Amino acid sequence: MFEALGSGLRLVATLDLRLWEIVGLSLGVSLSAVTLATLLGLPLGAVLAVGRFPGRQGAIVVLNALMGLPPVVVGLFIYLLLSRAGPLGEFGLLFTPQAMVIAQTVLVLPIIAALARQAVEDAWREYEEQLRSFGVEGWRAALTVLWDIRFSLLTAVMAGLGRASAEVGAVMIVGGNIDGVTRVMTTAIALETSKGDLPLALGLGMVLIAIVLALNAAAQVIKEAARRRYG
Amino acid sequence: MSAILPLRLEKVTYAVDGRRIIERVSLVLEAGPSTIILGANGAGKSVLMRLMHGLLAPSAGQINWSSQGARRRQAMVFQRPVMLRRSVLANVAYALKVAGVPAAQRERLAQEALEEVGLRDAAQRPARVLSGGEQQRLALARAWALHPEVLFLDEPTANLDPGATREIETIIKAFDAAGTKVVMSTHSLGQARRLGDEVIYLHQGRVLERAPVERFFPQPASPEAAAFVKGELPWA
Repeated sequence: MFEALGSGLRLVATLDLRLWEIVGLSLGVSLSAVTLATLLGLPLGAVLAVGRFPGRQGAIVVLNALMGLPPVVVGLFIYLLLSRAGPLGEFGLLFTPQAMVIAQTVLVLPIIAALARQAVEDAWREYEEQLRSFGVEGWRAALTVLWDIRFSLLTAVMAGLGRASAEVGAVMIVGGNIDGVTRVMTTAIALETSKGDLPLALGLGMVLIAIVLALNAAAQVIKEAARRRYG
Repeated sequence: MSAILPLRLEKVTYAVDGRRIIERVSLVLEAGPSTIILGANGAGKSVLMRLMHGLLAPSAGQINWSSQGARRRQAMVFQRPVMLRRSVLANVAYALKVAGVPAAQRERLAQEALEEVGLRDAAQRPARVLSGGEQQRLALARAWALHPEVLFLDEPTANLDPGATREIETIIKAFDAAGTKVVMSTHSLGQARRLGDEVIYLHQGRVLERAPVERFFPQPASPEAAAFVKGELPWA
């Protein structure tokens, strides 16, 4: 165990190329997915929070339920869409990093949208009268509130990023864990562990934890600075 | 551009779950005199102002402005104003932006409004860290920048100390002097005397009395208003 840990640390410290390729792809896929899910999820959450339309309650329940979507199920669903016989088969995206981005976006979108919906709805209680008095309603009101609470929404985005970087099931199914093409940290850890190559698995595990910690620390610093700056 | 006043309320009722908060109120508000809506807590003052301002829709009855586009030519200042998380100046500029004022004019108009309320030196400070009195002055600056025909104020000094209250009252007088019709709710008799030309006395959702300030305070017509003016509890 300690021997493996030591080798793992050595791999990280010596900037093992194979390891860093995997880390780079992981970050690329998860950050792309979170960026897409943020761009779609924040407006979606805000509209659900501010809008008043039939079926809104139902939509909120479904969205909240989708937060618990199992990654393998998302993977399977996207696999069926992208497979050769599937409706999007002609684009040949299966077993590519793009497919992994799509799958993680679908996985993360409900988390970001649902958390944003709650945050915007809480803020809306405070803002509604003032904005309506200004004559601001609908879309414009939703965007104003989103922008005003943008720093608290970082929490929703970080939750999404945590989910994306930690999941194995979706990227494994639609990416295929192909060495040098679609192998990311989590799929590599799963594979190396089953092969018995514990040093590489442990090294990757440490890098994964360190990255998630660093990103959350950065988010916290930004939020604190914003709280002091904007009140 | 024809005036949006007078504002006509005809048998306006507002009920929540069958409980009537405003009951068959008929009023005409003319341009000119500052109108004070007076009454005890729970008399329906805030709700009546929100109905007039269009934030609430009446359950029955009619509320009519005299011309189109009234929405943009009135403003409201709340008891607890909401400050956007941006600078003092940007808060005023936002109000101008959503009112359709071209970008080129916003900064100048916003600066002028801040000057008017004595917040010029605070222009770049974040609005949320201002004191309560300063926040209320910023809310008034947002209204000032729009040059509204009618300004509704819902107990604007309820949470403020005497010094801040005086500052706010000075600004409200400036609105009146600039030709804005002031409609303000308060439960402070002194404030009603200092700022008002006429009083509308509200009791349990009904208008019991409407009179010029100089007549209302010495000789309130209804026993409820008389008790209120004498400082007695109207429900005792």
